[in-house]
Amino acid sequence: MTTESQSLTTTPVQHDPLENYGHDRRGGISNPILGMLLFITSEVMFFAGLFAAYFNTRASAAIWPPEQFAHTLQVWPSLVLPATILLIISSFTCQIAVWSIRRGDRVRFIRAMAITVVLGITFLVLQATDYWLLGHDGLTLSSGTFGTTYYTLTGFHGAHVFGGVIMLSVVLYRGMAGQFSAKHHDAVEAASLYWHFVDVVWILLFTILYIIPGKG
Amino acid sequence: MATTTLHPVATAYKRSTLYDWVTTTDHKKIGIMYVINSFVFFFIGGILALVVRSELAMPGLQFLTSATYNEFFTMHATFMIFLFVIPMLAGFGNYVVPLQIGAPDMAFPRINALSLWMLPLAGILLLSGFVTGGTAAAGWTSYAPLSEDYPLSSPGAGQDLWIVALILIGTSSILGAINFIVTIFKMRAPGMTLFRMPIMVWTVLTTSVLVLMATPVITSALIMLFIDRNYGGSFFDPRNGGDPILYQNIFWFYSHPAVYVMILPAMGMISEILPVFSRKPLFGYKAFVFATAAIGALGFSVWAHHMFTTGAVYLPFFSLMTFLIAIPTGVKMFNWIFTMWRGKLTFSTPMIFAVGFLSMFLLGGINGAFSASVPVDFALHDTYFVVAHIHYVLFGGSVFGIMAGFYYWFPKMTGRMLNETLGKVQFVLMFIGFNMTFFPMHELGLAGMPRRIADYAATAGWNDLNLIATVGGFLIAASMLPLLWNIFVSLRSGKPAGDDPWEANTLEWATSSPPPPYNFDHLPEIRSERPLFDLRHGPASDH
Repeated sequence: MTTESQSLTTTPVQHDPLENYGHDRRGGISNPILGMLLFITSEVMFFAGLFAAYFNTRASAAIWPPEQFAHTLQVWPSLVLPATILLIISSFTCQIAVWSIRRGDRVRFIRAMAITVVLGITFLVLQATDYWLLGHDGLTLSSGTFGTTYYTLTGFHGAHVFGGVIMLSVVLYRGMAGQFSAKHHDAVEAASLYWHFVDVVWILLFTILYIIPGKG
Repeated sequence: MATTTLHPVATAYKRSTLYDWVTTTDHKKIGIMYVINSFVFFFIGGILALVVRSELAMPGLQFLTSATYNEFFTMHATFMIFLFVIPMLAGFGNYVVPLQIGAPDMAFPRINALSLWMLPLAGILLLSGFVTGGTAAAGWTSYAPLSEDYPLSSPGAGQDLWIVALILIGTSSILGAINFIVTIFKMRAPGMTLFRMPIMVWTVLTTSVLVLMATPVITSALIMLFIDRNYGGSFFDPRNGGDPILYQNIFWFYSHPAVYVMILPAMGMISEILPVFSRKPLFGYKAFVFATAAIGALGFSVWAHHMFTTGAVYLPFFSLMTFLIAIPTGVKMFNWIFTMWRGKLTFSTPMIFAVGFLSMFLLGGINGAFSASVPVDFALHDTYFVVAHIHYVLFGGSVFGIMAGFYYWFPKMTGRMLNETLGKVQFVLMFIGFNMTFFPMHELGLAGMPRRIADYAATAGWNDLNLIATVGGFLIAASMLPLLWNIFVSLRSGKPAGDDPWEANTLEWATSSPPPPYNFDHLPEIRSERPLFDLRHGPASDH
């Protein structure tokens, strides 16, 4: 008992800046990556709110989509199918970039990341063109619940793709400046997690908008 | 030949105090600024409440038009909920959590500063409604279609400012929640296992999970409302196939968990205070942790009890889930009562406010259980009974908890003690004023007085109780004077606090008051949830 209470003295804190950051000393998930996963969790809930609104609106409508806009949801021929394929491919190229930097292969990492950024920009160009065509068909944000939900859901997804492209561009720029290595590449991992999330949201959106048959 | 000698300077680059505070990433300074910012909006919201109460003191319209009355009660609730209670608790969390887990700072200090500075910006946006043709006036709930831009609803810019401000505050909360969760999971000192964390840290963790999962959902509702108002959308517009009930569902999916965001950290605070002033460990530590988690989880399944009268929700389910919340809450009441049972009680100001919390929050829980019963709720919905309930949990609960925490941690934040007598004067005034204001509202609600009305008939029989409530409101306002005087005197010439004035249990009292920027020179060994108690008395043999 006495020896035990004597051992309860204070121990000095070392002021190594990394000492208290669990990642470097105790292993486990790093702070930035855990932060990004939590941020993605909040984004999932944000889209859950929008999706809930979509399903609620769809459920209370007699005919969905409204007849005059039914043709806007055709998968073929449209720009949506190539856009979807390109976005899914970009998730793979993004992951190739991550695997490359984990091995320390910077050249392959930069190439794969550059392709990912180009694919992301292409998706945005295709979506903008699609919006322009739909606008010509008379589908706008104010043309009833269908227009409102369609543009809000795809628009917020597009905004997230835009954010993802900026994130990946910063990662690419930093990669070209030689800031990442097999040991230090948290930013690459975090940005790729976000990019996969954006991709998954699009697959869900594509499914509920274009694959699930209409009603009425 | 002139020689130039370089004098190496060991101190940090000299900057003005103001510059230092505005650009700081130190969680302690950020926490203190959260607290100050929240107090500012508490006073603004309080003045609005006094005007509202003055208008209701007697039948007839004396001070306001109906339109300004709507603006005032809307802004009162908005300030109190979104810019006082939630950020105040986040501020205490910011200050206390890294200290209590033995960390040098939060995980993302710059994001922490960003979370803070979004709040005054949002407050300015809300206030600017007063000079741009009227603030939001659709109530803090801003139900569609009342909040839509139809000519007779809310056509003004104030409602848009309100939406943008709330999205900003929500973003601030989400970033703060991410910061808390990463800090708590990744930055605990060696020996600080999850079940040795102080209860305050557990409640902040649970709250952060609620914020993380619920706040983005209201962001989506606010964005939909914004699109409806500004871009011709028809989410909530029944004329174009939209659904106003959809807004209520999404709004309450956030706003019910938000109730727990506003109470759980206050529960954490008094769970720190009661053991210290009872000189006993918290009774049933693990039960308390699981009860906190249970409240958090159940909190996501009760939102539609705010919507019983819409006829659009499944009543038995939401009523049952609401009653279930009473179980973990009851567990906590017993934790607190048995912590005090046969303890060596000292009634310092923090303890008095904590006991005030217990009694008032109990009343708030009981009248909440009334409202959870569907047939009773059908009678009480949108009456003053509900106003009484929310103030018993939010004022009697959260605000008494905040005051307890303020008196408890003020010596750590400033290095000075607050005056005990003035503290007790404040408590007595506030306790009497609070009950005078809000207890009669139960009776008013049962007598059928609806909420959100500026005027009532002199023959309705509500005159006396309304007058009593108004007098009580001014008594609450008066109770702020001893607090302000106390802070002023204490900062100028308060008694030095020393490291550990309360002989407390947790790590923040192991460092100096106020702590150095890096928090700790030495950490005691952590072998229980009371490392400082162990340091003073030796470890308990059964640990």
